[in-house]
Amino acid sequence: MPAVQETVARVREIDVDQYKYGFVTNIESDRAEKGLSEDTVRFISAKKGEPEWMLEWRLDAYRRWRTMVEPDWARVDYPPIAYDELYYYSAPKSTAGPKTLDEVDPELLRTYEKLGIPLREQEILAGVEQRRVAVDAVFDSVSVATTFKKELAQAGVIFCPISEAIREHPELVKKYLGSVVPTSDNFFATLNSAVFSDGSFVYVPKGVRCPMELSTYFRINEQNTGQFERTLIIADEGSFVSYLEGCTAPMRDENQLHAAVVELVAHDDAEIKYSTVQNWYPGDAEGKGGIYNFVTKRGDCRGRNSKISWTQVETGSAITWKYPSCILRGDGSRGEFYSIAISNGRQQVDSGTKMIHLGKNTTSKIISKGISAGRSQNTYRGLVSAHRKATNARNFTNCDSLLIGDECGAHTVPYLEAKTSTAVFEHEATTSKISDDQKFYCLQRGLSEEEAVALIVNGFVKDVLQQLPMEFAVEAQKLISISLEGSVG
Amino acid sequence: MLSIKNLHASIEDKPILRGLDLEVKPGEVHAIMGPNGSGKSTLSYVLAGKDDYEVTEGSATLDGQDLFALAADERAAAGLFLAFQYPLEIPGVATMTFLKAAVNAQRRARGEGDLPTPQFMKLVREKADGLGISSDMLKRGLNVGFSGGEKKRNEILQMALLEPKLCVLDETDSGLDIDALKVVSEGVNALRAKDRAFVVITHYQRLLDHIAPDVVHVMAKGRIVRTGGPELAHELEARGYADYVGEAAA
Ligand SMILES: Nc1ncnc2c1ncn2[C@@H]1O[C@H](COP(=O)(O)OP(=O)(O)OP(=O)(O)O)[C@@H](O)[C@H]1O
Ligand SMILES: [Mg+2]
Repeated sequence: MPAVQETVARVREIDVDQYKYGFVTNIESDRAEKGLSEDTVRFISAKKGEPEWMLEWRLDAYRRWRTMVEPDWARVDYPPIAYDELYYYSAPKSTAGPKTLDEVDPELLRTYEKLGIPLREQEILAGVEQRRVAVDAVFDSVSVATTFKKELAQAGVIFCPISEAIREHPELVKKYLGSVVPTSDNFFATLNSAVFSDGSFVYVPKGVRCPMELSTYFRINEQNTGQFERTLIIADEGSFVSYLEGCTAPMRDENQLHAAVVELVAHDDAEIKYSTVQNWYPGDAEGKGGIYNFVTKRGDCRGRNSKISWTQVETGSAITWKYPSCILRGDGSRGEFYSIAISNGRQQVDSGTKMIHLGKNTTSKIISKGISAGRSQNTYRGLVSAHRKATNARNFTNCDSLLIGDECGAHTVPYLEAKTSTAVFEHEATTSKISDDQKFYCLQRGLSEEEAVALIVNGFVKDVLQQLPMEFAVEAQKLISISLEGSVG
Repeated sequence: MLSIKNLHASIEDKPILRGLDLEVKPGEVHAIMGPNGSGKSTLSYVLAGKDDYEVTEGSATLDGQDLFALAADERAAAGLFLAFQYPLEIPGVATMTFLKAAVNAQRRARGEGDLPTPQFMKLVREKADGLGISSDMLKRGLNVGFSGGEKKRNEILQMALLEPKLCVLDETDSGLDIDALKVVSEGVNALRAKDRAFVVITHYQRLLDHIAPDVVHVMAKGRIVRTGGPELAHELEARGYADYVGEAAA
């Protein structure tokens, strides 16, 4: 039985994680003509009511993109993407400026409910004493509703759709957009710069500890619509923010392109913690119909003693091409990357990180756990570099791979470049298989084969799971079990 | 309770069990002794349903249920427990987590609901205390960094929590110091019951001093070659296996 179908069927049955469902919300959408041209870019910009400077920025990126070639160095294999056959913008029609949740299309709210994002509940809970999560829900390309906005505003935190930030906070956007990932950065980032539809914007002012976990849920709903999300997070001096992005998508027959760009900027003594739980549709047993996920995520530790940490749990997508990175520019700054990447069926993952040490006494840590099952291929690709001036740069990398079955592959591609003799880079890597004896031991205690594998895998990834915000660690753990169902027997 | 008839089993086409018969009644404790390599662990694995072992002839039933028709986890749920000669390590999985997964898996298989966490914790604490297992050990990765004796005690803890019908103990006494031997034996004795049976594989009389067996078997070259009362163990201790090795080979 095709592993993924079985997984999906099982999830339906057990009803634990509703978000794996391939449901399509029936809302008329307002979308751009098929294909990509200057007109498409103008259409998107006009839809967003953008100022002239933003349109020019996009057009500039678009013209560059036309001259670029798709990269082919990653260990992933897919048929050519017909960029001119895609739709680049799609917005639910009914969302022209909802002021409160009551104005939001009830169909959308139901979708969120299925996804397990209780927006209403969250607002009700707003007065309740407990850890809270503000959700800026992105439905396809438009942010539909933002909760907790008031409370955040009181703290001086700006958390809004980036389209709104472009209109309301142009000085911040102009200053920071593209300052970490320039429009010319790479093929997919440049494409994103031209056609990005929406995403989140966060600004945390000096000395402010963001009073809640910020979280955004993305969902690709419109058939053949690439989602080009753009996120920009700025932590000003001495501030702290923790942001979690969770992703889901309904089932599809045709591959859907997703090319997001996330930029983080941390000033002096600021800290940004960015967590991702990604479980997009991985395609059927042959890999057909899954999401293509080409993401550029980069954090700039611009200030002294600043810190950026990326935590990711990647279980979805047919193809993942993703290297959340840190530029350790400020002296004494620190970058961290904690990753769990699980591949099953025909999934292909090429993911890792870059830690670029530029400042003095900068440190970085990389913990990567790759799990391959089925006939998937899972590559860790990581770069650690120390600039000539980055005296005493320190890196610790631990990169473990776990194989389930005989038909999958795990690959580790570390690049190390030290231009200063004071740099110390440590690298540990292991590759292991779940042993039959371990499995038998669990079976003898009454666990099913799938429970046994899930348990062993959860033990394997524990170090990383611990990095996730508490409320998401449990969800991630469930997700790991679900994504491995059908990988044994 | 356990009925094994003319059991033949091989691994990688090499016959190990060669016509083994064994009858164990509820409430009984049977000891199996025998030289290294005679197939004692193999018997326990074949009963528990480890892959790689092929049953070529014969049958084994637990309370009339054909064991070989069940998958390994189903046999566990049916009440078969094996205390491993070499317990496995599972890094990153806290012992407590593992215990809970096992208890609840078996409860579910029997159509019972999960045990509520507070109740489960209380139960574990109680049983663990009796076996001298600290709460620190329960937090550590399953068997990771446990001493040989700690691993064996952990096996008995699992047995106590799972309350099986038939317990097969494979050299649970090896690697135990004198005090631990006592603790483990007491743990086993506490579980003795009218409706529960034990098959205790051991090389040494000293375990049988603590766990008094009803029946003692000698196993050699894949068969039970002699069966007697507790006195047989003393005889073996004094004379070794020379007689039986020759006998079975003949
Ligand atoms: N995977 C294997 N391949 C080939 N032979 C095996 C394999 N596993 C076990 N054997 C053989 O099966 C025979 C019985 O082994 P087993 O472990 O059952 O003995 P035992 O009676 O438990 O011995 P001990 O007292 O040393 O624990 C031995 O000769 C052993 O070498
Ligand atoms: Mg043995």
